[in-house]
This record gives sequence, C-alpha cells and structure tokens, in this order.
Amino acid sequence: MTLEEKKQQVIEDFSMYEEWLDKYEYLIELGKALEPFPEEEKTQDRLIKGCQSRVWLSSEIKDGKLYFKADSDAIITKGIISLLIDVYSGHTPQEIASDDFGFVAEIGLKDNLSPTRANGLVSMIETIKEIARGE
Amino acid sequence: MLLKNIRDQFPALDQKVYGKPLVYLDNAATAQRPDSVVELQKRLSQSANANIHRAVHKLASDATEAYENAREYVRGYLNAQYASEIVFTSGATASINLVAQSFGEAFVGAGDEIIVSVAEHHSNIVPWQLLCQRKGAVIKVLDIEKNGVLSPDSLEKLISERTKIVAICHISNVLGLVNPVPELVAVCHKHGVPVLVDGAQGIVHSKVDVQELGCDFYAFSGHKIYAATGTGVLYGKKDLLDAMPPFMGGGEMIESVSFSGTTFAKAPTKFEAGTQNFNSAPTLVPALEFAKSAETDPAITEFVYKKLTEDERITLYGTGLENKIPLFSFAVKGAHHEDLALIMDKMGIALRSGQMCAEPLMDRLGVTGLLRASFAPYNTMDEARYFIECLDKAVNMLV
Repeated sequence: MTLEEKKQQVIEDFSMYEEWLDKYEYLIELGKALEPFPEEEKTQDRLIKGCQSRVWLSSEIKDGKLYFKADSDAIITKGIISLLIDVYSGHTPQEIASDDFGFVAEIGLKDNLSPTRANGLVSMIETIKEIARGE
Repeated sequence: MLLKNIRDQFPALDQKVYGKPLVYLDNAATAQRPDSVVELQKRLSQSANANIHRAVHKLASDATEAYENAREYVRGYLNAQYASEIVFTSGATASINLVAQSFGEAFVGAGDEIIVSVAEHHSNIVPWQLLCQRKGAVIKVLDIEKNGVLSPDSLEKLISERTKIVAICHISNVLGLVNPVPELVAVCHKHGVPVLVDGAQGIVHSKVDVQELGCDFYAFSGHKIYAATGTGVLYGKKDLLDAMPPFMGGGEMIESVSFSGTTFAKAPTKFEAGTQNFNSAPTLVPALEFAKSAETDPAITEFVYKKLTEDERITLYGTGLENKIPLFSFAVKGAHHEDLALIMDKMGIALRSGQMCAEPLMDRLGVTGLLRASFAPYNTMDEARYFIECLDKAVNMLV
C-alpha cells in the first residue's frame, strides 16, 4: 500500500467508531497487538520526551526504507504509536519527512486528547520526522 | 448547608463533557468558584478598577478598601496577630519563593542546611534548591513514615546547628494526610529553627490557626480554596518579616527613592512590589467564607477509602482514615494511570494523573505516576459511587 492508501485505511477504520470509549477500545487492541519491544532497547536515548507515559521508539533502515519499532507503558499511547509506525514503516525517509501527518487531526486524535497527551502525540510525530530527516 | 444549595452556587458543575454530566474530582489542583467569588471579581472589575494605595480618587479608594479589607479578613481567618503579617502574592509558589529569596538572602549562607520533606510539591523544593545553588547551602531530606505522615522524631534527628529553616507541607497533595504540624514546629523551635508550612492543601481541609500551629510562615493559593486564580497568601511572623529584606523592587514597596539611596516600606507592602492583583485578592473573602461554611461529606471520604483499600488491584498511598482528607492517590495493578484518566475523562470524570508535581515522592514510592481523585464539599455521594463504578469499568477495559 502507498502511504496515502494506508492513511485512508486508518481514517476509515476510525470512522467506524462514534463513541470515544470505542475508539479507545480499538487503540487498546492495537496496543496489545504490537510486536514486543526488546527490553534492552528501552534506553534513555530512545525515550520520547514530552509524554506523560514513557514511549520508546527505535528505527532501522532496510533497502532505503525506514522501519519503526515502539513501546509504551500506557496502553492507549501504545495503540497510538502502533498506529503511527504501522502507517510510516516501509516508506523512504524522504516520503516521511515531507509528509504533513494531517490524518492524525482527521481522525480526531489531536483535538480530543488532553493537552499533555496531545503534546505527547506531537512529540511522537516530531520524533518520527526527525528520524526520517536524519537518514 | 444542603448539598443542593451548595451546588447551586457553582454553575461550573452543571455542565456536560462529551455528553456526560461533569464529575469534577480534580479539586486539589483547582477548585471551582462559587457565584459570590465570580460576582465580586466582576463587580470590582466594573466599578473599582483603579490602582491601589496611590491615587486619592474614589475608585482608587474603593479598590484599596476592598484589598485591605481582604487582608484583615485573612488575618482573622488565620488568627494571625497583625494584618501586616499577611502578604498577598500570586499563589503558594510565589509565597514560598518570596521566603526562599528574602529570608534566604538574609539568613542562609555557605554550608548551611535547609530541611525539606520528600513529600513536598515541587514548589516547596525547587525554590530551596535555587537558594542552595546561590548560597552554597545544602538540602536535607526528611522522609515520610510508613503510612505517609511526617514524624517529629525523624525531623529532630535531621536538625543540626547548621539548619536555617524547615519547609514542610501541612497536607501532601499526593498522600492527603494531615501532618502533625504543631509537634513538628515544636521540635524545630526547640532548636531555634523557623518553619515554613506549605498550606496549599492544608488551608482547604483543616482549620488553620497560625498561632496554634506555631509556624513562622504559612503559604497558600487562592485558586485551590475557591478564590480567583492569581491570588495567594504568605503569612509570616512580624519579627521575621520585619527582619527580611525586600526581594523585588518597584511600585508601592518603597518609602522614598533617590539615587543616593532608597528606603523601603514596612511589611507587608515591602513585599508587594508593582501593581497588585487588586480586583482578585478581595475574592479571598467570599471564598474563605464558603470554605468555612461547607465541608466534604465525611461519608464520601469513608466510602471511597473503603472501596479503594478493599480492592486488591489497587494500592492507595497515604493510609489511615483518622487524618485523611478526601484526596486519594492510587495505582492500579496492570493499568497505567494515564490510560485510566483518559478513559474516565470520556466518562465525564475529571481526575489528575501523573507525578502531580511531586517527582521525588513518586521515586520514593517507587511509581512513575499515580491517579488522583480529590473531592470538594460540592461533590455528592452519587458522584463518589459513579467514580468507583467507572474506575472498575476502566480497569476492566485495560486489564
């Protein structure tokens, strides 16, 4: 799938849920399904600053494309970061760095989360962009 | 006062969030304001908006009168001896910073010691750390006892000849236990050490008589006790305030200014530089009036305490009902505090989650954060039951 197709898919998946609690249930499922993150990689330099919960993000580049791994001690946050890395993994750094991440606002995540959480989300997006720009 | 009559005074409570009735349980962070407070602030803004202590015109005189009457009211409320012992500030943080700056400047030097408890809010830690950096002094940390309170015996062991001041909370914003302030103060005074009490929570949940408590300084914020935000009080014993230098220059704090030397006004004006929050400080009067007239139903405290302590998934920090205020910080096994707060927010319940500006205490308790529910007199038993029900639902979603 192209990046655009993946984003469209997320927007569609989210539009199925009207109630916020159902959206959270969905994010919790995503969080629980996320591939385990190696304990030894939970280092200070992989920790994203600005979140109330702890969020770790690591990346590797294969055949010119970026792949992300992430974890969080809070499950909803873990669901959000899982959603982000699902969308962006497997794309080139150029593609990711030039993306506007607008779909996050479209699914209402940004507006409906507490300010600290929204800041956490901004930090997650910024970190993904930074990694992409650095490659 | 009937609960309905209390709630009628707080229009903020009668609103819906995400389509659910608001259940406001973050009172320890900021309490909602009664009509009396909102209306007084509006009335003063409309009819007495003039700088205080300066001009001779009618509006200035009305504003000054409201401001100084509030000072006298606060004096009476705290049973301080003199109105000059009441300094208006922007909040508890500003009050503590004032003491750390001014008392610290005059009385703390290199190698001196300041005792602070591990259960302090950052506002009662960081000003002292800054002082220590400036002066080369050191902080000694008073630990909490097993149940979470501060002990006079443990405090006495920490006091040395170099101890210059002890800064402790009346009630911790995390543990919600009333500390034995008179006994803690007695121990310090035995060694000639003054005591600052952070009363941000204490003023809300206990009767504060500064002469009975015996403390040298008592600091609190207006917004936690139903007054307008940006208001606060520092009570300081007269002899100490008199001996302390001003820490901020300008405005009304001077007696006379010349380039050959400036002389300063007496306390409290000495510490109130610049234009004061004159339309808001008077709201402390109706706010404290309300605080005096209403208390949280003790049955709520007992109910929530019982429910939280008998649930095996939950660890409550700050135990013992006898000195517990209706403030509950807890961890749930397998569920992150942030997830719980987020889910319960969507159920209409406002809670606090995280470190609650008390990182050293979180480290001491071995947690990365907690969930906190804090009740006010306008909260109902139905809300307490709803909170417990929703907590159970939220935990089941996560675990």
